[in-house]
Amino acid sequence: METVLAILVGSLVAATVFLMLSRNIVKFLFGLVLLGNAANLLIFAAGRLTYARPGLIPDGAAAPLGDVANALPQAMVLTAIVIGFGLTAFAFALVYRAYQELGTTDTDEMRVAEPPLDASQLDTPAQDRRAA
Amino acid sequence: MTIVSIERPDLVASPHSRLTSRFAGWVGFFLAAGLTAFFASKVPVVAAGETLRWTVDWVPTLGYQLSFYVDGLSLLFALLISGIGAFIFLYTPVYLSAYRHASRLVVVLILFMISMLGLVMADDMIALFVFWELTTITSYILIGFDHDNAKARRCALQALLVTGAGGLVMLAGFVLLGSAAGTFQLSELKAQGFHLAEHAAYLPILILILIGAFTKSAQIPFHFWLPNAMAAPTPISAYLHSATMVKGGVYLMARMHPVLGGTPEWAWILTIIGAATAVVASVLALRQTDLKLALAYTTVMALGTLTMFLGAEAGVAIAAAVTFLLVHALYKCALFLVVGIIDHGTGTRDAPRLGGLARAMPITTAAAAAAALSMAGFPPFLGFIGKELKYEGALAIASEPGLAITAAVAANAMMVAVAAIVGLRPFFARPVATPKVPHEAPFRMWIGPVTLAALGLFFGLVPPLVANGLVQPAVASVLGAPQVVKLALWHGINLPLLLSVVTLLLGVLVYVRHLQIRDSLAAFEARLPTDTDRVYDLSIDALKDLAAWQTRLIQSGVLRRYLFVVFAVVVLAVGGTLLMKDGLRLPQAWPDVPLPVWGMTALVLAGAVLTVLAKSRLLAICALGSVGFGVALIFLMYGAPDVAMTQLLVEILFVIIIAIVLLRLPRFGKRTAGLGASRWQDGVLAVGTGLVTTALMLAATRGPIDREITAYFEANSATEAYGRNIVNVILVDFRALDTLGEILVVAVAAFAVVGLVKLRQRRWRAS
Repeated sequence: METVLAILVGSLVAATVFLMLSRNIVKFLFGLVLLGNAANLLIFAAGRLTYARPGLIPDGAAAPLGDVANALPQAMVLTAIVIGFGLTAFAFALVYRAYQELGTTDTDEMRVAEPPLDASQLDTPAQDRRAA
Repeated sequence: MTIVSIERPDLVASPHSRLTSRFAGWVGFFLAAGLTAFFASKVPVVAAGETLRWTVDWVPTLGYQLSFYVDGLSLLFALLISGIGAFIFLYTPVYLSAYRHASRLVVVLILFMISMLGLVMADDMIALFVFWELTTITSYILIGFDHDNAKARRCALQALLVTGAGGLVMLAGFVLLGSAAGTFQLSELKAQGFHLAEHAAYLPILILILIGAFTKSAQIPFHFWLPNAMAAPTPISAYLHSATMVKGGVYLMARMHPVLGGTPEWAWILTIIGAATAVVASVLALRQTDLKLALAYTTVMALGTLTMFLGAEAGVAIAAAVTFLLVHALYKCALFLVVGIIDHGTGTRDAPRLGGLARAMPITTAAAAAAALSMAGFPPFLGFIGKELKYEGALAIASEPGLAITAAVAANAMMVAVAAIVGLRPFFARPVATPKVPHEAPFRMWIGPVTLAALGLFFGLVPPLVANGLVQPAVASVLGAPQVVKLALWHGINLPLLLSVVTLLLGVLVYVRHLQIRDSLAAFEARLPTDTDRVYDLSIDALKDLAAWQTRLIQSGVLRRYLFVVFAVVVLAVGGTLLMKDGLRLPQAWPDVPLPVWGMTALVLAGAVLTVLAKSRLLAICALGSVGFGVALIFLMYGAPDVAMTQLLVEILFVIIIAIVLLRLPRFGKRTAGLGASRWQDGVLAVGTGLVTTALMLAATRGPIDREITAYFEANSATEAYGRNIVNVILVDFRALDTLGEILVVAVAAFAVVGLVKLRQRRWRAS
């Protein structure tokens, strides 16, 4: 069962990397969201998977009966989801403000704090950039 | 730096600043005088062959001790440092009374003196290094005291870089030496004797430590920083370059003599570098018209001579070095202070503009003449004894007596000439009009040179006093064995005496013709293509260019490029480790997975692919939402209802926030969706990162898992925390503080978002 999740997490990470390498900062943010999901699944699966048996203790018992899902990674993932939400919300606000200030969502053009880019450092000809 | 050059009112002293600088001067004076008295009281004990030591545990876990150790060599240096320091502290506040920040200088001077004392008394090599660098740092502040002046700043930085870099090289040598010998204590190293010469690392150790000593003591090719350091106020130069800072390297070589000396490598390197430095510096000294610069070059010359003699094994050569060390410290400090008085009293220290000062400055004249005669090596001054001993020692240098004798005679003859130029000519030559009407210095300024010059005469008249009390114990610690040293004015008619006569004649000849020699030297210098000072500038420029170039290369400021490198490193490092540790193994059996899980997996995958491919923002948001939704359902199916619920709630909020933000952002451009050449690269890297992640996860989940912590929570949730949902109990009870932290993080993020959105474009509009 962990094998399937391993493949799924790998796919999510691949999508993340591809999105983050985009010049559009919004796509970068999408990548960030996917990466959060991938990381949560990874932690979750690292604690091994138990199908349909949540970590609950029935009334009258002092401990769960039989094998139940590993509660420790669940607690961690729960925390991670909330913190990831805070991070993503903040990142979106930053991008929004950056767009307001700089008028662009192209990371290559966000160079207020950087020296001007040499022509040789660009992957694409300047004309192409203007067209975009 | 001359007093009259002050034009900025904010640097001129106020009555208050004069008071504080005087006070600081007295603090320094009493400290130095007290230390001098203390060290002087130890002379009989140390002369009897004892060593004093104090030990404090420094880093006990690493076995470092802060131990201080005073033998003959340390005591001689300590006496010079504190004794001369006392006069410097008397002199400086008067000399700099017009400067507002003189008190700062005096305070740094006190720190410098303490560092220097630590340097010559440290037993531990690491401690020695720390004090060594402390003298470098304090001297940087001292040399750059006139920090409004770009030249002073450059010279201070140069001294810092040259001696600091040398110190680092020396540290490497210390570490090698310490690990080769098994101890960092100099006293233990000395006790081990000569075993190190056979060690495989002997030559690297020797070279590394000598580079440290040569940079500090301004040996060729590192000599250029010392004359430049004359940008410091004159009393600082007097202190740094007569007895202290530059003698640090000499001290190190003397200290290492029993440990590293006695080999052909040691003898050849020290003799040749020392001789070359002595000769080149004495010629350069003659070239200068600035009295202070002339003195600076004779300091380099003296350091070269000391290095040359320390290369030898013979007792008489070491005795010559130690005696000359003392002689040089006394006359050089006196002459520097005299130059300061001339500068102070006449407004210039340029040789051609000075003359006939003897009438106006009788006391200074006497001190200058006495110091100059000692420098030139006339009897009955201590300088004469030192020079005789030098010739005797040069004859005893086994490796190259011819070279040593030639270098010594040439350097001494130049010294005679320079002594006359600096110590006699300004006072006895035909009177010349000076910028200010010359006047005698106040008591606190002339007492130093007078005392030091008088000591040069007194010690020359009663040589056994120095021989037994200071020179003999110091020579014994350099050689690592007791040594009898006899100093006397009259040795009978022998080769050294003959050489002395030759030297004086040569020196007088050079003095008589020094103006022509100076002109031809200047003409020659003008034709030289470059000098080491220029090479220093070029290398500093090259270093800056290199830094700029590699910053441009590594820090392009392009986000994609940084991320590309980060992910590539992840793939290579994690993938490589997996390969090397044999962690790559495919699962044996096809997993047995319930149908709903397949469905959810497919949903998540489809969402991810759609997010990547989406050309419209709305589609991308929906795809992202389906990923989150699918992940939540996977959580739910594998027994994590709380996690699933949280994920669902967060996902709804996500979609709302993203939608709000994206509506205000521009649509995706055409090219972001297209696949350019570089996007294929990105795709390969993306697939690689995904594969590595999958492989890592498979490797991590392969073996059995240790559920000890979970077992604890399961056993105690109901009994201890009275909760039946174990995950909830962990969050709000067992790890409640973590949850509080989490709430704090989200709250901070919320405030930050509000702040960002509320903060309108005020600043940009304003500009």
